[in-house]
Amino acid sequence: MAVYKKHYRGYQGPLTSAWSRFLVPVRYTFEDLNRSRFLTLFFLGSLIWPVLCAAFIWLGHNLSALKLLNIPAGKFISIDVLFFQTYLGFQSMLAFFMTAFVGPGLVSPDLANNAVPLYLARPFSRVEYVAGKMSVLVILLSAMTWLPGLALFGFQAYLEGNDWAGQNTRIASALFAGSMVYILILSFLALALSAWVKWRPVAGALLFGVFFVAAGFGVAINQVLRTKWGHLINISYLIGTVWTELFEEKLRRGPGAVFFRVKSGEEIPVWAAWTALGVVCVFCAWMLNKKIRGVEVVR
Amino acid sequence: MTPVIELENLEVRFGKRVILKRLSGRFSGRAIGLLGPNGAGKSTLINTLLGFHKPASGTARVLGHDIRKQTRAVRSLTGYMPENDSFIATMSGVRLVRLMAELAGLPKQQALEQAHEAFVYVGLGEARYRNLGTYSLGMKQMAKLAQAIVHGPKLLFLDEPTNGLDPSARQRMIRLIQEIRDQGDIHMILSSHLLRDVEETCDQVLILKDGQIAAYCDLEDERRSNRSFLELETRGANGTFTSGLEQLGCEVAVGVGERLKLVLPEGVEVRQLYELAAARNVQIRRLQHKRDSLEDIFLKAMGDANGRL
Repeated sequence: MAVYKKHYRGYQGPLTSAWSRFLVPVRYTFEDLNRSRFLTLFFLGSLIWPVLCAAFIWLGHNLSALKLLNIPAGKFISIDVLFFQTYLGFQSMLAFFMTAFVGPGLVSPDLANNAVPLYLARPFSRVEYVAGKMSVLVILLSAMTWLPGLALFGFQAYLEGNDWAGQNTRIASALFAGSMVYILILSFLALALSAWVKWRPVAGALLFGVFFVAAGFGVAINQVLRTKWGHLINISYLIGTVWTELFEEKLRRGPGAVFFRVKSGEEIPVWAAWTALGVVCVFCAWMLNKKIRGVEVVR
Repeated sequence: MTPVIELENLEVRFGKRVILKRLSGRFSGRAIGLLGPNGAGKSTLINTLLGFHKPASGTARVLGHDIRKQTRAVRSLTGYMPENDSFIATMSGVRLVRLMAELAGLPKQQALEQAHEAFVYVGLGEARYRNLGTYSLGMKQMAKLAQAIVHGPKLLFLDEPTNGLDPSARQRMIRLIQEIRDQGDIHMILSSHLLRDVEETCDQVLILKDGQIAAYCDLEDERRSNRSFLELETRGANGTFTSGLEQLGCEVAVGVGERLKLVLPEGVEVRQLYELAAARNVQIRRLQHKRDSLEDIFLKAMGDANGRL
């Protein structure tokens, strides 16, 4: 019907499948993000490091190029666990900044403008709402971390041969699992904090606070109480511990080898790091459950 | 016929406070007005029917679907216009309505088409590409209505739709609600504390007081029965006029100052009263139907603890 005919006509046609509707907010959010030139440039900029890593891998397999650059073949960067850890460490920094820019804008405008009842009055649950909003970060951060990481792994395997790939499958799985753990933590925190404060800039600042100020507190606790358990509130360290386990297992290297690693002797058990990350997720889920509601009840 | 809403001992609590107290009843009107003073539980009832509040005990059915077990089905059949401002300020009107249509299950293209239609229908065609944050209060109300009807619900919940509207905007809103009601394929529940809004748009009214049903009545029946009650102010009325009325089958009571109250039997028209008056040389100076207004019904319900009308 043409829009100039002012009649109300209810829709009678076919409906989309219920399971796919959580992707609707994802599409709308990406449309919004595309309009931001800064975010687009930042995202493209985040791919520079993976491209450089690909160049390193290529150079490592190209003796004539190394010769041209006057680099002795034996002294060039070796493509191993440390290479991929460093890659992920750098990308995770950029992923954190991306989350701080994008994450708070996902939920807080809906809550601040009381738009949540409009979503939830549809056949669309709170879980779907959170899943939809979280998917935005998962997709975006995946494109910055494990997806290029696995592409680099594939490139290295292509140049090095199947034997290398077979011997280093742990790197591929660690790239994926380590990134996903980080992405989930970031996404949960970003959504929960923005749902809590309902104010975009403050939510972004809080995310920085949770990562950096809490890390400082952790160090202070360790100093004052002469313990190492203060690291339990240092999310970067918890992530680093899990990553080290995923990448290296028993082949642990010295301190400072990758991002987020603390001094040797201050390590906490891996199970404690996993548990602490689990607690963070549960706390964020609880907070989202409290805040994402059709109506907020004042008791 | 499946009732629009069916309440079965529905109780809703916020902490220790009981907001809805074991409500029961079956309501089948096309347009049901939900009346009550502030804090009576009108919005809570709507929010509970939409699944936003979990009943502490009992349940309710909306168009035959249980609100506890079939929340998704209930929400796919309903449209909701919330009382407060609900929008995303940085989104254009038509984009928000399209988003809501897609969330209700409309495919992308159809959602866009329906969003435009809904916007033009509520009279915001010219403003549909503007950000919602720039809309006036009246425009925001219309945008909320547009998002509520965009997917073609079977039941529309309108929570204080005329809140904050100036008289002309209120008239526009009332006219739109009447139009939607008269289309015939949509039921609506309109919550308001403005009796006039309910009177103009609803055919049944459910009055809540302190979380309980104070009254439920069919306004159309009330109006119909009231039409047979007449009050006449006459000049020169005498016994012959009164007996003439009785011969027509009217029940007559003589009041002070030549005022008559009468009940017209079926088949007798008002015209016949004028003919009789002319024949008996009596002037009918004023004739009015008894009008038991919604205000009377409401006040009676508020005063009557049992809520019987």
